[in-house]
Amino acid sequence: MRVARMMRVVAAVAATGLLATACGNLDSSSSSSEASAPAAGSAAASAAATGGAAAAATDSIKVGFVTPLTGPLAAFGEGDQWVADSMTAWFKENPIQAGGTSYSVEVIVKDSQSDPKRAGEVAGELINTDGADVLLAHATPETTVPVAAQCEANATPCITSDTPWQPWVAGLGGNPGDPSKPFTWSYHFFWGLEDMAAVFMDMWNQVESNKKVAALYPNDADGQAFTDEAQGFPAIIGPEGFSFNNPGLYPSGTQDFSAQISAFKKNDDQLLTGIVPPPDFINFWKQAKQQGYNPVLATVGKAIEFPAAVAALGDLAQNLGTEVWWAPSYPTTSSLTGLSSADFAAAYTEATGKQWNMPLAFSESMFEVMAAAVTAAGGKDKQAIADAMKTMQVDALVGNLDWGKGPFPNIAKTPLTGGQWRATDGGEFPFDLTIVSNSAAKAAGLDVPLGGKVEPLQ
Amino acid sequence: MQWLNAIIQGVLLGGLYALLAAGLSLMFGVMRIVNLAHGALAMLAAYIGLVIVQGTGVSPFLAMVAVVPIMAGVGYLLQWGVFNRALRVGGLAPLLAAFGLAVVLTQLLQLKFTSDSQSLQTGSLSIASIQISDDISIGVLPLITFGVGVVVIAALQVFISKAPLGRAMRAASDDPETVPLMGIDNRQVYALSTAIALGTVGLAGMFLAVRGNFDPNYGQAMLIFAFEAVIIGGLGSLWGTLAGGMVLGVAQALGSQVNPSYGVLVGNLVFLAILAFRPSGLLPKAVTA
Repeated sequence: MRVARMMRVVAAVAATGLLATACGNLDSSSSSSEASAPAAGSAAASAAATGGAAAAATDSIKVGFVTPLTGPLAAFGEGDQWVADSMTAWFKENPIQAGGTSYSVEVIVKDSQSDPKRAGEVAGELINTDGADVLLAHATPETTVPVAAQCEANATPCITSDTPWQPWVAGLGGNPGDPSKPFTWSYHFFWGLEDMAAVFMDMWNQVESNKKVAALYPNDADGQAFTDEAQGFPAIIGPEGFSFNNPGLYPSGTQDFSAQISAFKKNDDQLLTGIVPPPDFINFWKQAKQQGYNPVLATVGKAIEFPAAVAALGDLAQNLGTEVWWAPSYPTTSSLTGLSSADFAAAYTEATGKQWNMPLAFSESMFEVMAAAVTAAGGKDKQAIADAMKTMQVDALVGNLDWGKGPFPNIAKTPLTGGQWRATDGGEFPFDLTIVSNSAAKAAGLDVPLGGKVEPLQ
Repeated sequence: MQWLNAIIQGVLLGGLYALLAAGLSLMFGVMRIVNLAHGALAMLAAYIGLVIVQGTGVSPFLAMVAVVPIMAGVGYLLQWGVFNRALRVGGLAPLLAAFGLAVVLTQLLQLKFTSDSQSLQTGSLSIASIQISDDISIGVLPLITFGVGVVVIAALQVFISKAPLGRAMRAASDDPETVPLMGIDNRQVYALSTAIALGTVGLAGMFLAVRGNFDPNYGQAMLIFAFEAVIIGGLGSLWGTLAGGMVLGVAQALGSQVNPSYGVLVGNLVFLAILAFRPSGLLPKAVTA
């Protein structure tokens, strides 16, 4: 009896251990394409070099891709395995042509586990152990900053996105206001605080309100940057006639928002804005409804950028506004595959059964930029790639990227629009993001069609 | 009036903390097990609820009728399968077993359900409220949660002081060596205690899921508040846990009222002050659980 029981324990422990290691393996690295790495590539290249063969030379490029596949930021990385797989398949058929050599591409995906320390570690591994020629990283400063820092330290070119450019520059130790001290190896594309303010103000101006803005920000890098009196939202929206009611930054994970709600009610703030982690916002929004705070319009970053978080809000999500980095209705095409934004989103939904999300196009565009940089550099020499990036221009899925015109030498800005979530009435997914503000993108040279008008909240 | 509102909201929040902490308090009271997997188990309950709600279309409240016994069953098996064995080894083993369980459970939930945030919809109830004045309104859902928290704690307390099994639980807690001499199997008493504790976790997980949204990691993030409620109230005391939950909730709400940055901080300071000046908690062992 006892022996049998012991056996069961051993079996249970072993099974648990196996499960744990299985999870560990899944987490640590899931390369989509290591098998497809042509081992013969470099041999062929050297043969070509020595023999001076008439046939086109071949070589291979290793691309390291750091993304949060698990953890609190996993929503950002949700489509990345698909992007990496489809890019691998694309490059297999269409190797990069540069300097008379044909480069096959090996993509190594590594999970940052939403942890900045881990992101830096895997970036170091990719460079020093796996021998990556170029690194790609995206999704919030927690991923992009440590990866870019590793690239600077290890002299390896690095392309990042999905982080407003000011926190990215500041995170790497630069001063967003002083472009005279650029970084050597890291190149970034995204929008900035000023674009978000422009989009939100455009939306606010389309409804009747008293122009009083309630500010709900957590005490983190975003919250501090956006509420800064001198350079943040107050400085940008103040001159346009909007007041900014910031009761103070709350620690993320706060369960009770009655203090903010009573402050917003007391001041009669008819507009609400913030950059709020999804669980905090859902708690806040339900409590606000319970306690009778009903702004005319709410434009919120982070909390409602992803379909899953919106679905979790149910009916309360109707007409909530957020900034839109990219949407299937963007009139753009991939410089690599030639797919339009709409086709690209449709391909994702067909392959995964999931609704499109904004980071998808940014992940894809990083591959576009990488390929363009290798072509411009005429090969995979790290210094040549970094030099080529300085003045790179790519007509990517996320819009025209131009590092020569950025507000900071390592930055290319992407066009930003604004949208509201609306119920689809029996569509494939419960809510869809309708573009309601396109003036900022238009000013940046991209004419994104409107899907509707700004509608006040119920 | 704003301050009064803050106190009311804090008390209601305290009910949720107490509900979440009740199972923690019970397991510690009876077995001296610090169940670090408590938060992960609450999420397991939430996901079981989600599967039931999505599968059958019933309301989350009806789903609780199924979730609570399922979780109680999980607790019973867990005690026999893991904790009773860990208790036999003694020392840190139960703590480590609970920690390992928390990690494995969270990862399994993540594998199965991904880290997408989920929510259980209660329709108009989620935003319904009782308006008392311009500054004060009481959400119906927080009020229900608070009521359930109080009822659960009171019922547990009555059960432990009056019912035969409750007596056995107290006996097994006070003198585990003598109890077997009376013909009672400690391990069975422990298993039933954990079953009851996890039944309350089932309720707590469902109320967390109804209140906001959840993902596999959310329960462990909430665990810290439940722990603080247990410690503030006094280890092993159920009424103390209820008091501790409310003290914590009110401290957070009042702190936020001064400045939103201070909410969680003031809660932690109260916790620290209790540890420093009254380490046995507010209501230590008033009636031993």
